[in-house]
Amino acid sequence: MGREGEVIASLLPEFARLHPDIEVRVQQLPWSAAHQKLLTAFVGEATPDLCQLGNSWIPEFVALGALEPLQSRVERSPVVKPADYFGGIWQTNLVAGRLYGVPWYVDTRLLFYRRDLLAQAGFPSPPRTWDEWRHMLAAIKARVGPDRYSVLLPLNEFEPLLVLALQQPEPLLRDDGRFGNFETAGFHRALEFYAEAFTNGWAPPVANTQIANVWDELGRGYYSFYISGPWNIGEFKRRLPPEQQGTWMTAPMPGPDGPGASLAGGSSLVMFQRSQHKEEAWLLLEFLSSPQVQQRFYDLTGDLPPRRSTWEAPELAGNVYARAFREQLERVKPAPRVPQLERIVTEMRLMAERVVHGDLTVDEGAAELDRTVDAILAKRRWMLARGSTR
Amino acid sequence: MRAGLAGWAFVAPALLIIGVFFFLPVLAAFAVSLTDFDLYALADLRNLRFVGIENYLELLKSRDFWRALGNTCYFVLAGVPLSIGVSLGAALLLNSRLTRWPALFRTLYFAPVVATLVAVALVWRYLLHTRYGLLNWALGFLGVHPIDWLGDPRWAMPAIILFAVWKNFGYNMIIFVAALQAIPADLYEAARLDGANGWQELRRVTLPLLRPTMLLVAVLTVAGYFQLFAEPYVMTEGGPLQSTMSVLYLMYEQGFKWWNLGSASAVAFLLFLIVLAVTALELRFSRARDAA
Repeated sequence: MGREGEVIASLLPEFARLHPDIEVRVQQLPWSAAHQKLLTAFVGEATPDLCQLGNSWIPEFVALGALEPLQSRVERSPVVKPADYFGGIWQTNLVAGRLYGVPWYVDTRLLFYRRDLLAQAGFPSPPRTWDEWRHMLAAIKARVGPDRYSVLLPLNEFEPLLVLALQQPEPLLRDDGRFGNFETAGFHRALEFYAEAFTNGWAPPVANTQIANVWDELGRGYYSFYISGPWNIGEFKRRLPPEQQGTWMTAPMPGPDGPGASLAGGSSLVMFQRSQHKEEAWLLLEFLSSPQVQQRFYDLTGDLPPRRSTWEAPELAGNVYARAFREQLERVKPAPRVPQLERIVTEMRLMAERVVHGDLTVDEGAAELDRTVDAILAKRRWMLARGSTR
Repeated sequence: MRAGLAGWAFVAPALLIIGVFFFLPVLAAFAVSLTDFDLYALADLRNLRFVGIENYLELLKSRDFWRALGNTCYFVLAGVPLSIGVSLGAALLLNSRLTRWPALFRTLYFAPVVATLVAVALVWRYLLHTRYGLLNWALGFLGVHPIDWLGDPRWAMPAIILFAVWKNFGYNMIIFVAALQAIPADLYEAARLDGANGWQELRRVTLPLLRPTMLLVAVLTVAGYFQLFAEPYVMTEGGPLQSTMSVLYLMYEQGFKWWNLGSASAVAFLLFLIVLAVTALELRFSRARDAA
C-alpha cells in the first residue's frame, strides 16, 4: 500500500534469487482505497495470500474470519523472534490472545519541536512531564503573543488525544471491550489537559486541512510543538530550508508524571485464511522480516523497523531525529483491539471538538462518549454473549 | 389486444433494465434497511438480525441524523433560491441585446459545471484560507476581520453554499437562456407599445412565461441540493463540529466507513421520502398558483 507498495518491487529480486521456484505478484493499493478494496476482496473471495495491513484493522479482519493465525509458524520460525520486537507493537497483532500478524514497520506519535524557540523561552531541553510541558506551552505563548501558538493539535486528528488517553492507567474499554470506560479519573485528566491547551490559547482551534503547510508553519514558528509521526522526519528534512535544519528536533512524549506512553501504530504482514499458497507466503513474510531486509526497507522508505536488532544498524543508530522514536517505541501501547476501534476514536475526536468549542464540559463529554460507545458496541456484546470468541 | 401486446413487447427491454438495475436494488436496499447488516453479517450471514423499523427509530432518535437534516435543510433553503436567482440573473444578462460576446460569457459561466469538483474544491480551499486566502484579503479592504471560513462552525456552511452555487449556477442558467430565447419578441414589442418600462416587462412578460421552466429548475435543483455530499466531503469532511455534515454524508459514513449497511440504507430511504414529499409539495403549490 502507498509508498511501501512501490518500493517492495526493489526488494523482491533478492527473494526470487533465494526462491527461484516462487513467483510473487504485487498488487499496489492506495491507502485511501485499501480498506474498502480488501473488504470487497473478502466478499468476492479474492483475498491475497500475503498482505500489508494497518495494525488497527487487524481486529476487524479477524472478526470477518479472514486472517490466518500465525502462532505456530512463528514458534517454528528461525527468523521471526517475538522477543526482538517492541512489546507494544507485537501486542497489536494479538486478538483475544491469538496472533494474526507480524509487525512490518512501526508508527507512533511524539513531539516535533523548535529547539531554538524553546531555548529562547529559557528551556534547554524538551519536556519530560505534563507539568513541565504546561510550563513551556504557557511561556512560549506569552512570548509569541495572540497571533501565534505553542502547539498544533489538529482537531481533525484523533491521535493526540488518544495518546494522552493511552498514557493513563485505566483502559479505554472495559469488560473485554464490551463497554466504554471513559468516565475515569485518567481519561478526565487527559481530556482536561487537551481542552486546556485550547482554552489557554496554546493551541489554535483548527483542523490541519486549514493549515496550508504544516512544515512551513513550524518553520515560521506559528507553533513550536507538533505531535506527529515518523514520516515527518523526512518531510521536515526535505521541506525546511538548510539554514533552519538545526532548529527542529524530536522528543518522546511527556507523560502525566515522567516519560509517557504513545500509540503503537504501523503496519503488519498478515496471511489470509483462503490462501492456496500459505507456505510460500510465509517464506516471503520471513524474508521481509529479516533484519537485513528491514534495514534496506528503512533506507528506501524511512519507515521505522519493529525489531530492536534492525535499529543497531549505523544508519538508524546515527539518525538523531530517529533517536526519540527508538526511545518512545519501548513505551508504546496498543489502542483497544476491537473491530469498532476506528468509529470509537472518531466519536472521541468529535466529542473532544465539542469540548474545545465549549459545547460540552469535560464531564459531560466523557459521559456522552461512554453512551455513544456503549451503543456502538451493542452488537459486539450480543456476539460475545452468543459465544462467538471473536 | 394485439396492439397492447406489441406495446408491451416494445417497452419490455427498457422495463427489464429498469427492473433489474433500479427496482430490484431499491427493494433489496429496503430489505437491508430492516436488518442490522454490518461487518459481522458480512463475515457470516447468521449474524444478521431482522430488526424491523428499529434502524429508522434509532435514526429519528439520534442527534446526528437531525443535525445532518438540519444542515441539509439550511443548505437547500439558502442555496436553492440563491442558485436560481444567480442563474436567472446571469441568463437575463446573457439574453440582453446590450451584452457583447454572449457566447464567450455563456461558456465561461458554464465552465464550473463541467470542471472537476475535486480540483476546483482545492482551489476554493485556497481562496477561503483564513490567513492567505483571496476572499479574506478582499474583505480586509472593507474592514472585515479575517473569517475562518472552513474552520468556524458558523461560516463553514455559508462557504459550502457559496462554492456550490458558483459550481452549479451555469447549468440552470443554460436552461433559462433556452427558455428566454423561446419567448416571442412581439410580446415585448407589444408591451413597449403599451408603455411598459424594463422592470414591468420583466415582471409582466418574462417571469410569467418562465413559470414552467422555473418549476422544472426548482424541482431539479431542490432534489439535487438535498443530495449534498461531494462538496463537504472534499472541503471539510463534514466538520467543523459536524456543521457541514449532510444527510448523504451521514449515509456514506454509516455505510462505507463503518459498514453499518442496515442503518445506511435506512438513511437513504428517509432521504428519499423527504425529497419525494418536498417535490410533491412544490408541484402542488405550483398547480394551486396556476389555478388561482
